Amino acid sequence: MTRKKILIVPTLQRGNGAPEFTKGLPWADYGGKIYRSMTFKADEPFIFYSSLRLVELTGVRAATLPELAGQIRAIGSSSIYYHTHHFVRQHLHLAPEPPNDFAYWVSAALGDEPLAEELSSVDIMAYSSIGSIRESLISIIEGALEKRPRLRNLTAPEGEEFDFLKSVSFVLPTDYKARDLEEFSNCLRLVSLDSIYFHMFEARLRLERPTNDFSNWLAASLGEEELAVNIVRIDPYTQTGEGIRVNILDILERRIMALADMRVPNRK
Amino acid sequence: MVKIEEYEPIVGKGVLHELRLLAERLKGKSVQNVNSTAIGGGVAEILNRMVPLLRELGVDAKWDVIKGGEKFFVATKKIHNALHGADEEITPELWDIFWDTNMKNSQELQCASDIVFIHDPQPIGLVNQKIERRNKWIWRCHIDISQAQKQTLDALRAHIMRYDAAVFSAPAFAKEFSLRQFLIAPSLDPLSDKNKDLPLSVIEETLSAYGIKSDKPIVTQVSRFDRLKDPVGVIEAYRKVKRYVDCQLILAGGTAADDPESVEVFEQVKKQAEGDPDIHVLLMSQNDIHINALQRASAVIVQKSVREGFGLTVTEALWKAKPVVASSVGGITVQIKHKHNGLLCHSVDGAALAIRQLLQNPDYARHLGENGREHVRQNFLLTRHLRDYMLLFLSLYNAEDIVYL
Repeated sequence: MTRKKILIVPTLQRGNGAPEFTKGLPWADYGGKIYRSMTFKADEPFIFYSSLRLVELTGVRAATLPELAGQIRAIGSSSIYYHTHHFVRQHLHLAPEPPNDFAYWVSAALGDEPLAEELSSVDIMAYSSIGSIRESLISIIEGALEKRPRLRNLTAPEGEEFDFLKSVSFVLPTDYKARDLEEFSNCLRLVSLDSIYFHMFEARLRLERPTNDFSNWLAASLGEEELAVNIVRIDPYTQTGEGIRVNILDILERRIMALADMRVPNRK
Repeated sequence: MVKIEEYEPIVGKGVLHELRLLAERLKGKSVQNVNSTAIGGGVAEILNRMVPLLRELGVDAKWDVIKGGEKFFVATKKIHNALHGADEEITPELWDIFWDTNMKNSQELQCASDIVFIHDPQPIGLVNQKIERRNKWIWRCHIDISQAQKQTLDALRAHIMRYDAAVFSAPAFAKEFSLRQFLIAPSLDPLSDKNKDLPLSVIEETLSAYGIKSDKPIVTQVSRFDRLKDPVGVIEAYRKVKRYVDCQLILAGGTAADDPESVEVFEQVKKQAEGDPDIHVLLMSQNDIHINALQRASAVIVQKSVREGFGLTVTEALWKAKPVVASSVGGITVQIKHKHNGLLCHSVDGAALAIRQLLQNPDYARHLGENGREHVRQNFLLTRHLRDYMLLFLSLYNAEDIVYL
């Protein structure tokens, strides 16, 4: 999806007393007031994809912190993605929610709460690639080993080693497509959580797109830059999947209502 | 027969839409499931639901059952126990019976589908047909093989390696096999007799049918009578609880056609329970409504397994929002996050303490139960299982980590 900058129509185009919209643009300036075409549709529809995940076992295990750091360094990015995101998919409905897999293991199998806390507070939103998340995890574990060398002696009990898994993602288009805000909002109500996860998480980190897909399309194809920024601001790592859906829908609804208020006056 | 649309109120429209999209991608591929029993145990139960739904979605799926005599099932039970880590001696004679029976089944059962899906070790030898057919083969291991007896696993290893992929229920079961290994948890069917909502009258009638009064809190373990489910350990834990909380215990289960030991274990449990009118040992024929009602009548559900491939009875209890005390073994650890949606234990004493905590703190018990139900809704319903199996079939034709369909 290429990013297009949509400009507000610079000159007033008057027909019979009402603003006219230049073809392909959603805005018109009428007497100094900005109006938006409610019927404006994007040239390129937003196609909702879904990413369905199959979990593959790697057979790679770690029983100590040096082993964990070593394996995090060596393992493929599909594994890092899995262990920093699977809890979002699997456990975010739980209250209180468990942290990412590395933090959970350090707490449950090794019993070191300070390190577990440090690992659980890694701000995934602050990183733009799996590689940078990997480096951050290694740095936290190695930093702790340096500060507290006795951590090297901690070993997980038999059967409670850290098992490295990886995500195999199957990406497929759904039948849900939107060309304007209302269609987008309606689709968002119906798509599965897997679809929302794909566009919010996977597209950004795993496919290394600059931002989440929703914000990208809203800005580039509908000119809704502010709306896009508001969605970027949602922290998807601290709420349930349904919570993310409701949050985005709220932002969309508010914008749709605001646009209805800005409607062009009826021609008389 | 339940239709796929009936799951929509539980899982939502989007999930069913995705199942249909996946089924479309499998058009033209046939799938053949093979296991060793049509009735009894979790595998048969899942296949009974799974195969018709796959067909309804448009996947050409079928299910065959291998045949075997009494000695074959003695051998497979020993192999099963040994893979679970028990100290079993499998004589060369029993191995001969095992492989001969596999060979005979292989001659009678044509595994010519595009994808052959073998469940558990009993029919593992059918993979010999792969050379001539050049189709895709998956071995679905429902057993906790994390501490498998080495010589038994080694005896099966050469056959396992002929498969294109293996599937396990928990990460700890993965081995250093050079084939792709996937993690797929089993599931329950929320619309089945065993899991659907029941009116209070049915629960009361069921208790009355077994002569159980509801005047004391009920602690229940539902499992077939099998040493690996440690029913005797459950009685010991109950006796420790009973010193502080006046409760009753139900041990309910049946026998499986492929488990010759279960009658013997049942007799041992009955003997252990003698003299206590508050212990109800129920040998039940397949009666899913009754199992459902007993689970719903319980204050606490226990699953004190020594080994556990997955532990569907735990899933069933969680789905009914029941507080669960279960051993920290095998697939149970995939289902229960300790203190988040249930309590894990490692011993009789640990189980007793956890049961007491739950019986004496009903608000805490309710909180764990509610979290448990949500956890099952998100991760362990049949629709998720159907999706994973279809993805597994598709993965046989795609080796990448990101697959665009």
